[in-house]
Amino acid sequence: MVDERNDQTGAEAGAGAKINRRFLLSSMGIGGAGIALGALGHKAYAQTNQVAALEDQVGFYGEHQSGIVTEAQDRMHTAAFDVQAETRAELIELLKVWTSAIAQMMQGAPVGQTGALDGSYDAPPEDTGEAIGLSASRLSVTVGFGRTLFSKDGKSRFGLEGKLPAALIELPHFRGDMIEEQRSNGDLIVQACADDPQVAVHAIRNLARLAFGTANVRWSQIGFGRTSKTSTVQSTPRNLFGFKDGTNNILAEEAEDLDKHVWVGTGGTDQPWLVGGSYMVTRRIRMHIETWDRSTLGEQENLVGRLKGTGAPLSGGDEFTTPDFAMAGSAGPIIPKDSHMAVVHPSTHGGARMLRRGFNYTDGSDGLGRLDAGLFFIAFMNDVRTHFVPIQQAMSANDAMTEYLRNTSSGLFAIPPGVREGEYLGQGLFEG
Amino acid sequence: MNKIFASSTILTLGALALSGCTDNNAAATSDGSISVVSTAEACKVSSNSADGGTLKFNVKNEGSAVTEFYLLAEDGQRIVGEVENIGPGVSRDLVVMAPAGKYFTACKPGMVGDGIRADFAINEGGDGTEVSADRASLQKTATDQYAAYVKDQTEQLVRGTEKFADAFAAGDEQLAKSLYAPTRMHWERIEPVAESFGDLDPILDAREADLEKGDEFTGWHRAEKDLWAATGKDKMSKAERTKIAEGMVKNTKELYDRTQKLQFTTDQLANGAKSLLDEVATGKVTGEEETFSHTDLWDFQANVEGAKIAYQDLQPLLAESDSALDEQLKKKFAALQKQLDAYRMGDGFVYYQELSDAQVKELASGVDALSEPLSKLTAAVVK
Repeated sequence: MVDERNDQTGAEAGAGAKINRRFLLSSMGIGGAGIALGALGHKAYAQTNQVAALEDQVGFYGEHQSGIVTEAQDRMHTAAFDVQAETRAELIELLKVWTSAIAQMMQGAPVGQTGALDGSYDAPPEDTGEAIGLSASRLSVTVGFGRTLFSKDGKSRFGLEGKLPAALIELPHFRGDMIEEQRSNGDLIVQACADDPQVAVHAIRNLARLAFGTANVRWSQIGFGRTSKTSTVQSTPRNLFGFKDGTNNILAEEAEDLDKHVWVGTGGTDQPWLVGGSYMVTRRIRMHIETWDRSTLGEQENLVGRLKGTGAPLSGGDEFTTPDFAMAGSAGPIIPKDSHMAVVHPSTHGGARMLRRGFNYTDGSDGLGRLDAGLFFIAFMNDVRTHFVPIQQAMSANDAMTEYLRNTSSGLFAIPPGVREGEYLGQGLFEG
Repeated sequence: MNKIFASSTILTLGALALSGCTDNNAAATSDGSISVVSTAEACKVSSNSADGGTLKFNVKNEGSAVTEFYLLAEDGQRIVGEVENIGPGVSRDLVVMAPAGKYFTACKPGMVGDGIRADFAINEGGDGTEVSADRASLQKTATDQYAAYVKDQTEQLVRGTEKFADAFAAGDEQLAKSLYAPTRMHWERIEPVAESFGDLDPILDAREADLEKGDEFTGWHRAEKDLWAATGKDKMSKAERTKIAEGMVKNTKELYDRTQKLQFTTDQLANGAKSLLDEVATGKVTGEEETFSHTDLWDFQANVEGAKIAYQDLQPLLAESDSALDEQLKKKFAALQKQLDAYRMGDGFVYYQELSDAQVKELASGVDALSEPLSKLTAAVVK
């Protein structure tokens, strides 16, 4: 509970938290925590809590959607939806309802006018309630559109003829892919990230609830730990192979590279509505962690191309030292040509970089005594045709690490730009 | 594709020790290991003698080029133990079992020349371990035996493939089906070796899902699909079958030619055995290898046999360095074989899809029970 550290007593802390969440809902969309709490008249209380509450919040409004350059949170719940409604009006209404609910939840407020507790005693509460007492936990929610939203079975949908971006392709089958269609793609994607898993799940659950009758969940995935850093202030986390992951990621501070590789620019798309947006690739990559765990440290490091301990390239230095792919080893380069790093490094792909934002996952076990665990890969870029596709083709053909991987789901979504107050997510697609 | 045997990825020895040792004076480390610091000009060894038995050198590369470290026999030629590929700033251990005698230590910064050498003596006594006069010759025996096994299996694979290809091309489905699984067993026994040829493996053994758009589907699994395809409409023409059959024979002969020249190292044998059990765990026990014929248990049996051969070749080395692990492996190999024997039928096995979920789970547990100790084999035999 974020408020607790600023309060004198436990009782006040509980009350404060409750007031915070409940009061915020009525000021939704126009104010922040400061206004809401200030209106209570507890000025001193408001000041101390405002800082804590805001530190724990990610801004919803802006040029770009949240959840892309946002400092990677620790937990993730992502869900894809299929739209069952047939009219454009219903789809727009859903996006409006979602926009308002997301804005509320990202401020740590419950969903709707009456939240979890203040509605009619004879009606189900508007908000499901499991986030009562929890802070916003840096919740970010990112919404995008799959190829099938624009057309399906050769038929255009929702009056979106001519609006499909050329780069929103159908991802090809890559070597070794074992894609399960029912946990792949989808008309809509919603990525919820937060530092508290309950907050992320609460977001997806409430958005799914609001969608009933218009759209239903096609698949969903929980990630329990981030595998990328997206800011200079973060340290590099480890994936389930036990190696540092995302050492060379594009960071929020690298504005030039973000424009070059992540954000869709005016000259970079055939669809003006997508300017300021991006593309999101999702891949559920199961790791054969049991056989990996039986491989020698020497093999593991040669598969990755880096030292397991420090994350330094096998050619020496520290984690951030530029790898020397030409340095000779006892038999071939000391960084093996078929190591993961050598195969996917930007230097072998014309400088192409992706903003990776994946999460470790475990989804129980597989019935054979093994954990169903791995990496839910998420990456943002401004064109998969120049970024993800060639890199994944190289990986599936040449990367020795793929022996321990199995791609089980795949998705590509166009992420519209951020919204200003009063707008709804994706508005440019329908009204541009 | 398995890269265990691809030479560029192999470290003869590679236990990384993050000792944090930055002492230029190469002092002996607290665990009794001998510290070595390699630079461009020097090879500082913390001691010029040690007690016989198991020795551990912790080699730190403080130079800017890749280095290697060797323990050489008295003749200055024969390698008793080596660590290759020590990158700048990296520490690696060399663990070696050696009897009393005169030796040389050598660092080889830049991996060229004779290296920077110094005398090294191993005294009698030590930890009481009996060490063979020459573990290197035991290693050579093991790897020679394994090379002979690989030769023999590829010879049989060539002969079997020719027969299969003839029957398949001629449209004798019944004969081709009966030859399919038994012939493939020769491939499966040496799978990590066969797969190390990255150009031949996909054209001989790729499953349909292993291909991307534009790749041609050829080899064993193309024939499998044709033979066991449910309906007649997808059947290949005689000309198409002939092309697949000819490709299989030609490429298997190429595999044969290449394996004749192969030499192996001890760690490759041990890692290869582990890798064969990985193949069982990820492809066979899941029934994904033989999608149409469901002859996964033949492959399963062959993978286990190949792993057992490698283990048996290494057994004299293992018995000396880790007799408990040796005993454990003996038991687990026997236990898994007993499990597999329960599914024998005629000359072969029951088809995978006839197994219940519970039976598959039992087999998977047996595979895990063997795989776990098997993964410890490499470190025990390279000493």
